[in-house]
Amino acid sequence: MKLMWFHLMPYTELPDDFRDANPSVWVDIHSSLFDPKRAHHMYNDFMDELEYAATCGFDAVCVNEHHSNGYGLMPSPNLIASSLARRTTDTAICVMGNSLALYNPPTRVAEEFAMIDVISGGRLIAGFPVGTPMDTCYAYGTNPSQLRQRYHEAHDLVLRAWTEQDTFAFNGRFNQQRYVNIWPRPVQRPHPPIWIPGGGSVETWRWCAEMDYVYCYLSYYGYKAGRATMDGFWEEMKRLGKPPNPYHAGFLQFVGVGESRQHAFDLYGEAAEYFYGRCLHVDARWATPPGYTSEGSQRAGIESQIKQAADANVRGKSTGERFASVAREMDAIVDKGYVIIGSADEVAEQLREVAVNLNVGHLMLLLQFGNMKKDLCRYNTQMFAQNVMPKMKDLFSEWEDRWWPQPMAAAQRAAVPAYMPKLAAE
Amino acid sequence: MSEPETLTVDVNGFSTRIWRKGSGPKLGFLAGFGGLPRWMPFLDELARSRTVIVPSLPGFPGGDRGHTVLDTHLDWLLAVHGLLEKAELNGADLAGSSVGASLVAEMAALWPQSVRRLALIAPFGLFDEADPPTDPWAQRGDAVPGLMCADPAIWTAMKTAPEGANSIEWPIEQVRANEAAARIFWPLGNTKIEKRLGLITAPTLLLWGAQDRIMPRSYAERFAKGIAGKTEIRVIEGAGHLAELDKPADVAQAILAFMQ
Repeated sequence: MKLMWFHLMPYTELPDDFRDANPSVWVDIHSSLFDPKRAHHMYNDFMDELEYAATCGFDAVCVNEHHSNGYGLMPSPNLIASSLARRTTDTAICVMGNSLALYNPPTRVAEEFAMIDVISGGRLIAGFPVGTPMDTCYAYGTNPSQLRQRYHEAHDLVLRAWTEQDTFAFNGRFNQQRYVNIWPRPVQRPHPPIWIPGGGSVETWRWCAEMDYVYCYLSYYGYKAGRATMDGFWEEMKRLGKPPNPYHAGFLQFVGVGESRQHAFDLYGEAAEYFYGRCLHVDARWATPPGYTSEGSQRAGIESQIKQAADANVRGKSTGERFASVAREMDAIVDKGYVIIGSADEVAEQLREVAVNLNVGHLMLLLQFGNMKKDLCRYNTQMFAQNVMPKMKDLFSEWEDRWWPQPMAAAQRAAVPAYMPKLAAE
Repeated sequence: MSEPETLTVDVNGFSTRIWRKGSGPKLGFLAGFGGLPRWMPFLDELARSRTVIVPSLPGFPGGDRGHTVLDTHLDWLLAVHGLLEKAELNGADLAGSSVGASLVAEMAALWPQSVRRLALIAPFGLFDEADPPTDPWAQRGDAVPGLMCADPAIWTAMKTAPEGANSIEWPIEQVRANEAAARIFWPLGNTKIEKRLGLITAPTLLLWGAQDRIMPRSYAERFAKGIAGKTEIRVIEGAGHLAELDKPADVAQAILAFMQ
């Protein structure tokens, strides 16, 4: 199976009274809380951490896009990815991803992803999220009633821009371009693998199945809450007659590895409580722009609440209600499965169970979260790579991962000069 | 109150409800934010002396999913114009509230012959950075009733499913109404109607709830200044943004007097 190292890039110095003194971590978080000189160090630490994960042998490093967000400092994940393209060699670079409807024209995404794919020699995974309400409708002002239509149209345009040989005119409902002809073109043919981070909507499941895209459920609420969603995806796949190839899916999970469960509990408690307490403090008024949730999903949500279905807590609730009901103390965080902790053996055992139960071949691991210090992140990453990863790699070996990047052969790739750290004396 | 007559017309392939009640000269009404999931007392007040005709806007209750094919402001204006023609409102008096008022004003601007006299209750369409409207789409659910009406219970009663209503489809229909409004007015409510107000020659009554918490009162003057026709401003005491819900008799009386 594939084990991927994901960074959200949270601002790590939100004050202790953040929840009480501020309405939201997102959209209208106050600029006075942002210290650019401290953020300089955060960005550099985070990029060190991503590069370190690559050297530890993770299959991919992952970045994503957020706007006006105190827990996600990557309005442009492509900037980070391009740096990673130079500073890593064989690791896949997963940009999870670019919210297509936000780019005008959307060919910008086709171009930038092609650049990353070319610079990295064909190591890009191209993620296409719709984007959260906070990012798309509020921070970027996109009309919620048009967001999904724009997203799908932009997807069609990007795909054509990657694959058509000749200059073409795109005559869309929202986008019109007389001359589409991107340079550069991606290394991977016909195009980099496309992965779709989605919520639990039937429309998205069906679309991923039909388009043969990886469906990723990136929830902060762990495997227990994610079960119903992944089950829904696989049921839909079965209904459509698609094989249950675990590599057709991805799942996000927070993990903290220690010497023992108690050791891990003590090590990671502060960072987890920082994340669930401060980073997920989102004002409910940013969560439900009308039209963002499709009527099909609204219907499914109301029905599952009426039936008191097991997943009503996740699917039946709006983003705002979910944020409001988040567990914020370490006991509950662990108990609810948001963060999996333990010794390497315990973590491996739990994660194998998660991977098998959810039938997920791509695990995206958050080994840095909240205000976790760099040395602890390094420890967690190393512990995982050395002691957990070997106990998991054999999973799903009977399946082919058709959704993994196909880079140029190593011998054909450019020799990137080794990075030379300054000597301490300089 | 007795039930109105319900007609159905086609707008861009979507079945669209038109309510009709009363007798006398025709008076059209386009509803405000949230639309009309049910009949309301204000319309009965108007129907005492006029034939009240109430077409549903695309995507609002009674308007099916008609908003989904309207991508530009021109699409909206043509759809509403076609709807008013099908409702046989050509040349009639027109009134509107909130989002509906904005569209009624657009009709009077672009097709001046199609409107006799105009009544606008706190219309959308303008945005002044120094005095912005409240964002109706960025609110916690429990804050909305108090923003729409001076008496929140009136909005809640309007929006609560009646007995026998489909408990799944009813709430979806209410969200759809908010989405349809967003489709025209997201994100600021600014359709640059300012540029077209000078085309409005119909005598125009501007009504504002004294407790409107959505549209700043100063916008009444901005509309009055821009409109070419004769204008009059009336403030309705004890009323919020949807003044016709809070004070049906007062608002109806003001409109009927103005339309005479």
